[in-house]
Amino acid sequence: MTIADNCTSRAGHRTIAGTPIFDGAAANQGYALNAMCFSFNDAANRDAFRADEEGYIARFHLSEAQREAVRQRDILAMIAAGGNIYYLAKLAGIFGLSVQDVGAAQTGMSVEQFKANLLAYQEQLA
Amino acid sequence: MSRILGGIFTSHVPAIGAAIAKGLQQEPYWKPFFDGFPPVQNWLRQAKPDVAVVFYNDHGLNFFLDKMPTFAVGAAPRYENADEGWGLPLFKPFEGAPELSWHIIEHLVGSDFDPTTCQQMLVDHSLAIPFELSWPGVEQWPVKLIPIAINTVQHPLPSPRRCLALGRAVGAALESWQGPEKIVVFGTGGLSHQLDGERAGFINIPYDRYCLDHLGPDPEALTRQGSLDIIEQAGSQGVELLNWIAARGALTGRVREITRNYHVPISNTAAATMLLENEALVPA
Repeated sequence: MTIADNCTSRAGHRTIAGTPIFDGAAANQGYALNAMCFSFNDAANRDAFRADEEGYIARFHLSEAQREAVRQRDILAMIAAGGNIYYLAKLAGIFGLSVQDVGAAQTGMSVEQFKANLLAYQEQLA
Repeated sequence: MSRILGGIFTSHVPAIGAAIAKGLQQEPYWKPFFDGFPPVQNWLRQAKPDVAVVFYNDHGLNFFLDKMPTFAVGAAPRYENADEGWGLPLFKPFEGAPELSWHIIEHLVGSDFDPTTCQQMLVDHSLAIPFELSWPGVEQWPVKLIPIAINTVQHPLPSPRRCLALGRAVGAALESWQGPEKIVVFGTGGLSHQLDGERAGFINIPYDRYCLDHLGPDPEALTRQGSLDIIEQAGSQGVELLNWIAARGALTGRVREITRNYHVPISNTAAATMLLENEALVPA
């Protein structure tokens, strides 16, 4: 499922292209995944995840879609499975991903291209 | 008689904290952003506030989705920063002002707001970075803290109109406080940026300029749309503008722009800084 699919599934609700809206339905769906990510505020939990990823995931009762998204390091799939970026950022940190890496992965660009696009906004500043 | 001296508005990107820790302020990438702060620091040296009331959003440090308040007011004697999941260096602890916190809470509830009240509250980079930018390298923060967290994480978010009203109610509470404190207000976050989804990397310079131009003289202009409209124009995390709108509301007098700075990009963010001085309508 893509984000666009996820957004259009917000029946009767406003959608914004390419922009996840973390509403009640997403919050319900994503609770286990976000709870796992919240646990990573504790360094010991980050170490435990690194030591035994599958075992750690099992403790939080992630859905199969959430497990697969984490296994694949697939940010869009994590969001489609209810992940919220404020919490996913902690998991991304464990994977050594910066916000530019995460942005590039979601937009299908190389990291260099993603950064170049951000810098290109400076042309509008003149 | 307390006085509201002014409002400081600034982005709070985590990478700013990392740049400070590494001493990168004069590097070409960072300098245009950090150059916005000497006027703020000079103003603070002259104004010497005693208390900072900070409107910010928690990034999954203190609040999880098990209990997510729309508005939360700290009423603790002390607040600490903590690991947000990246093991970055921690910021200094913050002394609270619980009596003034409770005065604000009483006034808010008396004005038909329903805030969550917190006697234990970890505060994250979105509060600490603006402090470090304002008082770089100090041994202890020279102000006491009253943190006010606004939910920008889980929809439905509060409306811009409600956030402005919240800020105005906080401003009225501060004006009715009989203590001698001089108060500075902070609004942190923004401006346009988006971290998640296929539109990640989105920045909207014309919209940011509109916000900067209207925040001081006409904040109502920023409240004629809903929070989803802000997200459409400023990106998912650009909605942190709500913190700015609330902080602007707390400036109850005539405001005068002292300085502003706008630079793109810092990390994925259009970074902005603004200082509005507040002149009481009725001299204290």
